[in-house]
Order: sequence, then structure tokens, then C-alpha cells
Amino acid sequence: MTLTVPELSLVVLVGVSGSGKSTLARRLFKPTEVLSSDVFRGWVSDDENNQSATPDAFEALHFILRKRLAAGRLTVVDATNVQPESRKPLLQIAREFHCLPVAIVLDVPERLAHERNRSRPDRNFGPHVIRQQASQLHRSLRDLSREGFRRVHVLRTPEQIDSVELVREPMWNNRKSETGPFDVIGDIHGCFEELTQLLALLGYTGDSDSAVHRHPAGRKLIFVGDLVDRGPQSPEVVRLVRDCVQAGTAFCVPGNHDVKLLRKLRGQAVQISHGLAESLAQFAAFEQTHPGFTQAAAEFLDSLISHYVFDGGRLVVAHAGLKESMHGRGSGAVREFALYGETTGETDEFGLPVRLNWAADYRGQAMVLYGHTPVAEPEWLNHTMNLDTGCVYGGRLTALRYPEKELVSVPAARAYAQSARPFLRPPDPTPGPTLQQAHDDLLDLSDVSGKRQISTRLHGSVTIRSENAAAALEVMSRFAANPQWLVYLPPTMSPCGTSSQPGLLEHPAEAFDYFRREGVSRVLCEEKHMGSRTVLIVCRDEAAAQRRFGVKQEGFGICVTRTGRRFFDDRALETTLLEHVRQAADRAGLWEELQTDWMVLDAELMPWSVKAQALLREQYAPVGAAAAGMLTEALRDLERAAQRGLDVTERLQRTAIRRMMAEDYIHTYRRYCWPVQSVADLRLAPFHLLASEGQVHTQRPHDWHLATLARLAGGPLIATTAHPVDFSQPDSEARATAWWESLTANGGEGMVVKPMDFIARGTRGLLQPAVKCRGREYLRLIYGPEYTLEENLTRLRSRGLNGKRSLALREFALGVEALERFVRREPLRRVHECVFGVLALESEPVDPRL
Amino acid sequence: MYLTLSTRHSPATDLGYLLRKNPQRPQSFPLTFGRAHVFYPEADEHRCTVALLVEIDPVGLVRTRRGPSGEGGLLDQYVNDRPYAASSFLSVALAEVFGTALSGSDSKDRPGLMAQALPFEVVVPALPCRGGEPILRQLFEPLGYQVTCQRLPLDAQFPEWGESSLFRVTLSTTVPLPLLLSHLYVLLPVLDNDKHYWVGDDEVAKLLRHGEGWLANHPARELIARRYLKHRRSLFAEALAQLIQDDGEDPNTEAETQAAEEATVERALSLHEQRLETVLTHLKAHGAKSVLDLGCGEGRLLRRLLQDRQFERILGLDVSHQALEAAAERLHLDRLPEAKRQRIQLLHGSLMYRDERLSGFEAAAVVEVIEHLDPPRLAAFERVLFEAARPALVVLTTPNREYNATWESLPAGQFRHRDHRFEWTRAEFEQWCATIAARFRYAVQRHPVGPEDPLLGAPTQLAVFTLLDSQQVTLHPASPE
Repeated sequence: MTLTVPELSLVVLVGVSGSGKSTLARRLFKPTEVLSSDVFRGWVSDDENNQSATPDAFEALHFILRKRLAAGRLTVVDATNVQPESRKPLLQIAREFHCLPVAIVLDVPERLAHERNRSRPDRNFGPHVIRQQASQLHRSLRDLSREGFRRVHVLRTPEQIDSVELVREPMWNNRKSETGPFDVIGDIHGCFEELTQLLALLGYTGDSDSAVHRHPAGRKLIFVGDLVDRGPQSPEVVRLVRDCVQAGTAFCVPGNHDVKLLRKLRGQAVQISHGLAESLAQFAAFEQTHPGFTQAAAEFLDSLISHYVFDGGRLVVAHAGLKESMHGRGSGAVREFALYGETTGETDEFGLPVRLNWAADYRGQAMVLYGHTPVAEPEWLNHTMNLDTGCVYGGRLTALRYPEKELVSVPAARAYAQSARPFLRPPDPTPGPTLQQAHDDLLDLSDVSGKRQISTRLHGSVTIRSENAAAALEVMSRFAANPQWLVYLPPTMSPCGTSSQPGLLEHPAEAFDYFRREGVSRVLCEEKHMGSRTVLIVCRDEAAAQRRFGVKQEGFGICVTRTGRRFFDDRALETTLLEHVRQAADRAGLWEELQTDWMVLDAELMPWSVKAQALLREQYAPVGAAAAGMLTEALRDLERAAQRGLDVTERLQRTAIRRMMAEDYIHTYRRYCWPVQSVADLRLAPFHLLASEGQVHTQRPHDWHLATLARLAGGPLIATTAHPVDFSQPDSEARATAWWESLTANGGEGMVVKPMDFIARGTRGLLQPAVKCRGREYLRLIYGPEYTLEENLTRLRSRGLNGKRSLALREFALGVEALERFVRREPLRRVHECVFGVLALESEPVDPRL
Repeated sequence: MYLTLSTRHSPATDLGYLLRKNPQRPQSFPLTFGRAHVFYPEADEHRCTVALLVEIDPVGLVRTRRGPSGEGGLLDQYVNDRPYAASSFLSVALAEVFGTALSGSDSKDRPGLMAQALPFEVVVPALPCRGGEPILRQLFEPLGYQVTCQRLPLDAQFPEWGESSLFRVTLSTTVPLPLLLSHLYVLLPVLDNDKHYWVGDDEVAKLLRHGEGWLANHPARELIARRYLKHRRSLFAEALAQLIQDDGEDPNTEAETQAAEEATVERALSLHEQRLETVLTHLKAHGAKSVLDLGCGEGRLLRRLLQDRQFERILGLDVSHQALEAAAERLHLDRLPEAKRQRIQLLHGSLMYRDERLSGFEAAAVVEVIEHLDPPRLAAFERVLFEAARPALVVLTTPNREYNATWESLPAGQFRHRDHRFEWTRAEFEQWCATIAARFRYAVQRHPVGPEDPLLGAPTQLAVFTLLDSQQVTLHPASPE
């Protein structure tokens, strides 16, 4: 004998104490699948037989049961369950999580149970208890199905109990092993002509002797339901779909119209409305030429499963869509939802039910395709798409190719019915935001707050701690630009390893060493400009900005800082600068070359003083002023003391050196400052062309980025100079080092060394996307004017880079992930969580000098 | 850091006896934060100058600093004016190197000279004076100093950056040396308005000791105490009480100044008080039992709500974690009786994100919040509040920009607060309210708050939004009394 249970079910064991439930459960199920009331009594009270602990034990049991069912795990409840009131909460929980309840009854002779209990010293209750349980069980037996158990198995002898085998059967909706490719067809409503046209367009051909259609490449059809009503040829549509399904070239889920027709055909009383009358007339006529078809159609419609899960769980199809908690589940509620969707119970101004927009709240990984409500254009929203384009109302019949995500459609030959609610938009010369963009206006706190794990393609899962998220929330809310613009924030950058050469803290040797050791063969040394980091988004025009970023009246681009703030308070200045970039891209022909009307650039904007005004006034300049003022007088007085014959030589020398350092310091910061009256005084040095339509340019090497961006030079835009290094060439490093030396000797900040490939991996995974190597003079602005005194250098050399490097990798991975998600047109919350993550990580405490 | 002290007392070289530092021998002393060097650039009969050169260890300053990170401000950074500008470090060095003179113990070689008033001149080449020359004069002139000073430019090459807060200062006076050193010891950090160490309770005693005989009668004693104690309010009050104790000042003038001060404060306070009272009145009149205070800040409205038992469920939300901590403290959340405690909840959140925790409240107060939002992001706030949280009642206030013209102290075109991203005229606010009401199906009424100007209106504008055809939420109008 075998017991068949659905793979996702709540199995309720029913039997008197001593009937062998636990033994059976142990034999048939995994230990973790079984929740035993005895065990829970033991957990809450240290005594498995403590009846007074029963309420607490069941409360705990129900809690665990809920967690397991929510996670989609079969669970067995091992308790006597002989009373209807003890089964009722279990049935409720099964319904709540849309799992099928199954009862396994152990109806053994009372005598046997008595004997077993007597042999167990801990069960000291009298025979009357078993007798009462047995009588409750017998009264229950005939009610179990009515109570809601989908299956009831009764085992009557110890032999049966000992020999029975368990078979777990897949859910009917489980078609995970079907991996496609598929062509998913929207609501047809009897539009047979358009259906055959669409199938031909998709490459299907009909068999000569039946309505079966096949694809030469083995693609399969999926119909989202509503095959019938309103249109001219409902029986023909049903026949085609049935034949394909039976031939194994198609799947079909039922629509509400199909179900209503079925009920009518089965003789149930239904209202003849919404096109049912036409269908009935067509079936009656069809029956004349195809005797028996009406009956066959009814059987076919009756066999349909309300939703399917395909392709390892990556695709879900249901007529009215399906929320994530119902995917792959089985319950009346799931079927209702799949057929009719969720409504508020109210009706709108057209007398139609007001639907709850489940897709707006959808957060699932699976793509959900559905129909039911006609829309003018199919649009993605949170990885779901409605394919009902109202063919029967004169719209189109639409198919989506999966996994290609290509839409294919044919126009309706004519309007066969009038839609109660107008769904065709008038042609609009300036299209509004997409469905997704309109929805993305409002981000949800639960998508950014608390401790989060963000999975990235480059670097696995990145953890954001909740206190860092809280810090980012404040910055993001109070200062950041519109999140729709924020598709990227740059990562922090680690310096190269610390140099031990006299007088130096950083030197190219350590930067080269790092990449060489990790197996990189070529690196690019880029001049590091001393200004402020900025990310620019430039669109071809304001319409493109609205179309692609969903921003309204916010111009054709933006400059943001590395923390997502608008770079400029002066919007006119920002616009002028962006205009220069846009025109440069026009001249260079970049729009056409990249086939895009927007791009994201990573750049350095100079002078430093334009953004660092406050820092310069409050910190940098006062240090110089105080040092120069004080050291000059001290030096003069020391000279006077020396003239008096006092021995102050050492003090004198040291103070002279200190004053020279103060001067060097002042000299250094001055190089990065100049007044800005207009855009002509700005210098913009872009170094990454991060993304454009359809592409994140991380697959391009850095020399491509610099060469492409160099074509924009002119006006405020300047090219970033660079020096390639090939580790296989003997003098390559030396030449680059000499270049760095001359660069920094002339007051340059230094250079950034990047592996030639944008994304490089070494022996232990992702490599630093870049390390900086700063010049000796520049570092006075970081470590103070006197850092080059040997006594200071010695101590400053002990600095740990690991924290900084780990942070840089995580931020880099998040930034690239944000861009990739944006380019894939994922919902804003998916892009925003990455950008928010970068900002949150920036609040981690790391030595700010690195 | 550098300071010189000269005298023209005859013989001037007696200075060496007073300081116990031989004018012919340069000396060095270790300090916890570096080294102090003492030498005499000049020493003859007529004029003798001692120089104190303090070298701070800039790396040690950052690396050995104790205490929570982020609290130290500039002390966390290597680029820091502390090694150069006169500050509390110089005070400590003075006390270490010239401790005997500071304590006033007489010189065996020149008995009586320590207590004698001598002509001195002090030069500090880089002295930060927060508050500028007036403060410098206010501090030293009442003590009989002649002050000459010259402000150092931030950077001569960038005159547009303006002046620094650094001065080259010369102070001349004729006083006993210990008193001079006490003045410097106390007043240098006061001018700098900062301390390199944690100001603990013993600092009051230090201030009283070094201020003995001069501080109690100093007209700027309050400023001195406040700054010296680094604005620690409780310590300041303690010090002031002790100073006034042995103080013969006329109590009448004291009361007068206090009254004037209060009026200034009162004027500022009353508008906010009035605003909160008006908001409260509206919330009460509509019978709301559960209330959101969005942008609750430090909890001034929350306190009022908590006092009124009508409000059974109160939620204060703010984007600033710090503000919430202050609110929790102000409301004594940890000490409230359980029944009261359960009525209120403080949440860290943002008005830029939909937040399901804000659903199910009857009313929301949004007091002086929207003007802190960037106009392009106002749209998100509108949906968060009126579409997602959707309380039946919203009471919202914002400044009336037109009224700003009545404040003389506010330059034309400038907002009332540095973080204000916009301020609306009455017409602009009216238009916004009407749009919101129509879009989200609310009725709206606007009210002025504060003294009304016939032309410019009231300083604050308030709007009351009530949800039309509300199905889920029913309000309980207060029964007429």
C-alpha cells in the first residue's frame, strides 16, 4: 500500500495515544519535517506528558509550523488530533499558506493502544482516556473531507502501518522542469484569425490533419487564458489550444471566462452576459459540424490548472497574475486569485471592480506573465507583465518570447466588442513615464532600511549593517538628488601599499607590485586630478531624460557628488557645464556610435576650491596662516639668540625646516585653487564612460574609456593623461615611475593605477579596481605640513589598508550592480538599494587619510 | 606655538630670576603632547625677552588621542592648526614651564619682586580669536592691558577668502608676573574657544584658582566662564554661582539685563509656542486619538500630545537619529509610567520613503517640515503622506515668505533658516494645498498663525486637510462641552 501526498502539504496525523503515530512519522518523513506535540510539551515544560503545558506547546508548534509552510516545506503534525477543534487551527494555517491539508488516520484496535501505553511508564493515564479518544476519532472519520482535508488516508491494522510506503507527488502546477523557450500568448477571446496569424508570425506551423501547431525549434506555447467569449470563433480557439496542449506543444491556464463557460456547459446557473451568449451560440453551431466537441471542450477546460510554475521557478503564468506567496501553492484562494485577481469590493466609475494592484507590491524573483485586464501597451512592472492588449476590443493580440523578453503582436482585424472602460491611449507625441517609472516615484523604506544583504554579480552578497543604513537614510533624505537620477555612486579608493623609501609614504613600486603579484599583465597609470569627484548624467535632450530616468522637468542631466548630492548650488552653472558635455558628445558623434541618448560619466571636476570652499577657509588656509606667522617670528628670534652666542643651532635648523614645510604646504594647496567666475574657469576630466543605453561599459578596457573620452576634450573638458605599463617589458615600470615623479614634482596629486581590464580578478577573487599613488607634496594636505620629518614618517608608515580595500571592493561591486540593474531596466528600488548601499558603506569608520 | 614675554624693568635680566630660567642657557622640557623650548632672544639691562616655543607632535596628537572617534573635530586630523596657533596647549605649557612663577612663590634671589608690578609686553604671533578684535579687547582691556593687534589674512593670494580668525597680538601692561601668567593661562583658550582635552568637573576649580582676584570682577566673566568650560552648561552654572557668591555687584542691574535677555528669547519662542498650540487645538477639535508627528525633532509637540489623554497612540518620526535621542531624553521616555510609555513611540524614518509603520493613524502633524525638502522631492513626500499613510486629518505648517520683510535682521531674499530649501508666499501655499487636496481627495482649510500684518499676513501658514469620503478611518469629533 502507498500513501500519496502532495509535495507541499500539511500532513495531519490522527490517532489515539499509543496508535503508533510517532513511529510511522519517523519511518516516512525526515525528522525535521515532524512537529510532535509531545516534543513541544517537553520543550516548554521539561515534561512530554505535562498536560497543563499543552496550550503553550501548541502555540510554539503553530509558530514553527507557520514558518515552515511560509518557506514552502512539507510538515507533519504528530498529535492525537482526534477532536475537530484541535484540527481546525491546523486547517486554518494550511489555508493561510495555501498548502494542501492531508489527514493520515491510524485507526488501530483500542486494545493495542492500551497495551502500548501500559508498557510506557511515563504514560500513566487510565484506559478511559484512550476510550474517549477512540470514540472521538470514530465520530471524526466521516467528517474529515468535509472539514477541508484534500486527502484522507485511513490505516487500520498494525501491519498496514508498518508496511505502508510514502509517495510524494509534485504539485499539479509544478512545471519547473519545462525550461522553454516559450511564447506566451495574451487573452484571445475567440479571435481565431488573429491567433493563427500570430502563431505564423512566431514561426509555428499547423499539422495538416489537426489543429496542432508546432515550432521547428521546439518552442512551446503558453496561453494565459480567456480563450472564449465576445469574439467570433471561440470554439475554434478552444480546439486549437486543446489540440496543442494534448500534443504537448502548449500549456494553458484557465481564464475567468473559460471557467464561466464551463459552468454553463455543466448545466450550472450563470448569468448570460459579457459575451457568453455569443460563445454558446458558436458552440451550438460548431457542434453541428463537430459532434461531441462541446463535451470535449468542457472536459478540456475542466482539466486546466489555475497557474503554472515553469523553468526552475523563474516563470509563473496565471490569468490574473499571482502574488509571490501563492506561487506553486494550492488552495481555493490561489485559484480565485489566479482567475479573478484581488479586488477591493468597490466598483469604479465604469461599473467595473476596483482591482488591487498586486504587481505594484510584487518583490519576487520569478517573472509573472498574465492577462485579464486589457492594457494599451504591455509594460514591465516589477518583473511582471500584462499581455492582454484587448484584441477583441480592436487592440492587438500579443505574445512575449521567453526568455528573450521580445514582444510580438498582430493587430485585431476589427473591434468585436466595446470595452466598458476605454483602454486605448490616444497617440501621445511626448509619452509620459513608463508604468514602472510612475510606480517608482515612491520608494519603500523596507527596501533600504535595516540589515540588508545585496547580491552582486561581481562580489557575491554584500552586507549592509542597519546602523550604516540609518546613517545613509538621513543623508539620502536630506541632501541627495532625486533617486531617479542616482544610478551610480563611485567607490572609495585605496592607496597603494606603503613605501619604505626615505622621505616617501607612497611610491608606484607598491602599486605595480600589487597588480603584478595578482597576475595582472597590463595596468594603466592615469593622472589623478586634484578636484572633486563627480558623476555626470548627460542626456541628448530633456525628453530623453524623462523617458529613460523618469524625472520630470529636471533638465537634461545632472552633476552629483560622491555622496549623491547635487554638485552645484548654482543651477545655471551646472546646466552650462552639462551643455558643454552634450555638445562635445554631439561633435564626437558619440550618441550615434553608442546608439544611445544618455550616458553616465565618472569624472574629476576642478578646481578643488569650487567644492571645498568651507574646508579651505576653516581648515587648510588657517593652518598655513598660523604656521607661517608663528614660525617666521620664532625663526627671527632664534637667529637673534644665536647672535647673542647662545647654542640654539639645532632649534634653528629645525625651525627653518618647519617653516619651509609650511611654505611647501601652502604652495601645494594653492595649486588646486583658483577663482571660478564662469564655466570657463572649470576643468572637467572624465575618466570612465560608465554606461549608455543597453550597456555598462565595464567590459571595455580602461584605454578605451580614456581614448573615447579624450574625444570630448575642448572648453572646460580636458583629457586625462595616462601611461600604460606592461609588466613583461623590462623598462615599462621604470618609465611610468619616472612619469609619476615628474608629475608629482610639478605639484600634481599623483596617479591612479588600474588593471587594464575594468573588472579584474586575481588569485583570491575580485581585485581593487584602482589604487592611488599620491605625490610627496600632495600628501602634506593629508598628513599635515610636517609629515615628511623622518620621526613622523616612521610612525605614519604603520597604516593598515585591509579595511579600506575590502570597503573599496564592496562599494565597487555595488556601484557596478546598480548600473547593470539600471541598464536592464529593473525597478528603481533595485537600483536604489545598491546606491543606498554604497552610501551606507561610506559611513563605516575607515581612516579618512587613506 | 610661540609666545614671547619682554620686560623693560631695570635690570631687565631679573626676568630670569622670576621665571627661574637662565637667560644664557636655552632649555627644553618634555610635555605630554610634545616639547617646550625656552630661550632668550635678548637679555640686557634695558630689555629682556623670553621666548616659549612649543612643538606639538602632530602624529601623536592624532594617534594617541583617546575618546570616541568623530568627537574630536580637528583633533582627528593631521591637517590641524594646533601645532601653530596659541591654544589651551600653550596654557598647559606655560603652567608646566613657568609653574613656579604662575603659582606666585617668591624668588629667593630677588625677594619681593614677584609681587611687584612690572612693565611687561607679551607677543603672540598667531592667536585665534573667535569673535575677533572686540572679544580680544573685551577680555584684556578691563584688566588694564594695552592691546594692539593685527589680523592675519587667510591667504594673501586669495583675498576673496577673507580674513582668518588669527591675530598677531601685543599686550602691554604693568602687573606682577604671576597675575600676567594667570591672565594668559585662562584667556588664551577662551579666545580660541576650544580645549584640547575633555573638560571635567575639576576644571571649575582650576578656573576659580587661576581667576582668583580678577575674574569675579571682570565684566566679561560670564563669557569667560562659559567658553573656558567649553559650554558645558552645568559646569558653567556652578562656576557662575561661585563667582557671584563673593560678588558685590548691584543686583538691580543684574535683574535688568536678565529681563532684557528674556524678552529677546521670548519673542523668538512665542511664535513656535503659538504654532504648536494651534496645531494641538486642531488635532483636539477633530477628536483624533492616534497622531503622527512627522519630523518630530526634539519632541516639543510630542510632549504636548503626551500630556493630553485624548491622544492614545502617538508616533514621532524623524530622519535625524540625534534628534530622536534628544527627544527620548526630553520626554524622559525611560522613566515614564508604563501606561503613558505605551502611548508613544519614536521611529527613525524618512518622509522620502513609503513607510507602512505610518499607516492606520487618524491624524498627522507636519510642523515646519516641508520647507526642508528639496522641491523636486516634495512629490515623494506628498505620496508618502497623502497616498500611502493617508490619515484622515493632516495639520501642516510652513513659513509665509512675505512676512520675512517685517524682520529687519533678515536680509531681503534670504530664508529664515539655513536649511530651508524654499519658503512660500501665501498664494504659493494656497495653490499647493489646492492641488494636494484635489489630487488625493482631501478638503483643505488654511489659517494664519502668529501676529498678522495687514499686507503681509502672518509669519506662519497652517493648513488643515481632512480626508473626503473616508471609508477606513472614522474620526471621533469631540463632543461639545
